[in-house]
Amino acid sequence: MELPFFYLFSAGIVITSLFMITRSNVIHAALLLVLTFFFLAGLFVLAGAEFLAAVQVLIYSGGIMVLYLFSIMLMNVQVAVRIRQWHRQRFFAILILLVLGFEIWSVLGKGVFPKMKVWPWKLGATPGNVEALGSVLYTKFVFPFEVVSILLLASMIGAIVLAKKKIDS
Amino acid sequence: MDIVTEALIAFIKIAVVLAVVSLVVAYLTYLERKIIAHIQMRLGPMRVGWHGLLQPIADGLKLFLKEDIIPAKSDKIVFILAPIMVLVPAFVVYSVLPFSENFYITQVNIGLFLILAISSLGVFGIVMAGWASNSKYSLLGALRSAAQMLSYEIFLGFALIGPLMLAGSLNMQKIVEAQSGGWFVFYQPLAFIVFFIAALAETNRVPFDLPEAETELVAGFHTEYSGMKFAFFFLAEYANIMVVSTVGITLFFGGWMGIPGIPLPGFVWFVLKLATMIFVFIWLRATLPRYRYDQLMRIGWKFMFPLVLINIFLTGLIKYLFL
Amino acid sequence: MIPLSHFLTLGAVLFLIGAAGVLMRRNVIIILLSIELMLNAVNVTLIGFSRQWADLSGQVFAIFVIAVAACEAAVGLAILISLNRDKTVMNVDEVNLLKW
Repeated sequence: MELPFFYLFSAGIVITSLFMITRSNVIHAALLLVLTFFFLAGLFVLAGAEFLAAVQVLIYSGGIMVLYLFSIMLMNVQVAVRIRQWHRQRFFAILILLVLGFEIWSVLGKGVFPKMKVWPWKLGATPGNVEALGSVLYTKFVFPFEVVSILLLASMIGAIVLAKKKIDS
Repeated sequence: MDIVTEALIAFIKIAVVLAVVSLVVAYLTYLERKIIAHIQMRLGPMRVGWHGLLQPIADGLKLFLKEDIIPAKSDKIVFILAPIMVLVPAFVVYSVLPFSENFYITQVNIGLFLILAISSLGVFGIVMAGWASNSKYSLLGALRSAAQMLSYEIFLGFALIGPLMLAGSLNMQKIVEAQSGGWFVFYQPLAFIVFFIAALAETNRVPFDLPEAETELVAGFHTEYSGMKFAFFFLAEYANIMVVSTVGITLFFGGWMGIPGIPLPGFVWFVLKLATMIFVFIWLRATLPRYRYDQLMRIGWKFMFPLVLINIFLTGLIKYLFL
Repeated sequence: MIPLSHFLTLGAVLFLIGAAGVLMRRNVIIILLSIELMLNAVNVTLIGFSRQWADLSGQVFAIFVIAVAACEAAVGLAILISLNRDKTVMNVDEVNLLKW
């Protein structure tokens, strides 16, 4: 039952992301990426990570992508559509990508994966995904969590310093 | 057989909720015009039907039959998608709202979080509409709206954390059940005030209707829209008002749970509370002037944000010490 | 039941598409969007492993990745805006002040 939905979502993800990297209009690319994130959220639900799916929609689609659109709208998009779109190094890039793809393919081909385990809350041991995730996040991973919050603070200060207007003294 | 009947029941429920919500949303426009008219000592719509009761239907017909104009310089695909992007999230959210003890479409583990996530998508439609129209006023309205909705989403979410800490669940039905001892508005008055202000801003209502300020931006992001597409924006606005009102009464006023001693079914309580909440929304529109953009950002970040943080801190402290 | 290899393949394909966008496009915004795509490819892999082992560490790290993506978007867009202010270019090969 899950497998057809997995194929549906992954087809959506791959097609929208391929369209995304080939658009010349930046707004269209950003909107296509939002669509990709929706499909990813669906995929996360299939994998039993419903909290993460909601985070994906709330933070990625509702936050980060709106920020992107907001910044893009402040610029002149129409000029960028008419000029050359592809970088001069693209032939080297294709070569590198082929090598990378071959590498990943050969590693994946050799992989032997053991039998899948079942989530504890599907067996009725713990109350659910959100509660379990919360208890792991604030006990075992509390130090990385704090580090991430410092990273967010640092990037916030950096963004303000970079983007604010220079005041002539 | 089992899965077929289940799917059938689900479809019927969805159809009923969609039909009722669309009808109620259409009549909200009538209600708003009528209430504001009476507050301002006018009569409001009186011509179509008894006291203008058929006015929403006439309006709907008019909008449906109107010519659908797409500006020549607009981005056609995005222009057409924008109203859909506004309307769909506003209706999807109803899938997890608890209307009464037994009547709801579905209950999920991440209920409230899902509502926040889906309703945060409405801003996309507004931004898309503003950009695709290729018009100054629309773009300005969309920019304002994106900044306003992104900022106030934070306060809305943070204000809900207080009641969530008391309820201990994201499931909407469990949140209602957790309030059997007393509505959360009595334990979380600060959170409710911030939630209500943020809800006004999220739904672009007066005094925070900057994105569509008629007097300065003509009509903001939907200046270039006409016919059915305009109707979509209009419907979405009222559907969103119903959603935030429902979230408000579910988290702070006990949802379908009534006052003990008065025997009324849960659904009636729900409708009564919802009607009161929506009346307050309309009442505010008739009473308050509009905020300026910098004032809006200032009260958001300098006043409401510290307030919600203090509220979360105090709730946690009290819960840790006394509960 | 979805086998783990499906998740890993999808993650790899997504990562390659994102890498192609970063390496081959000139537009700064598209490059930033492609980086988001690559971060999401990592998330898919993390979720796949998390599901395979029934271990929540993968999901926790996916949340951290989303937080890092938010940082990256903020700083990236700030750089973009300051670039756009000085001279209105949006192409990476024209930004060569640090190049010899």
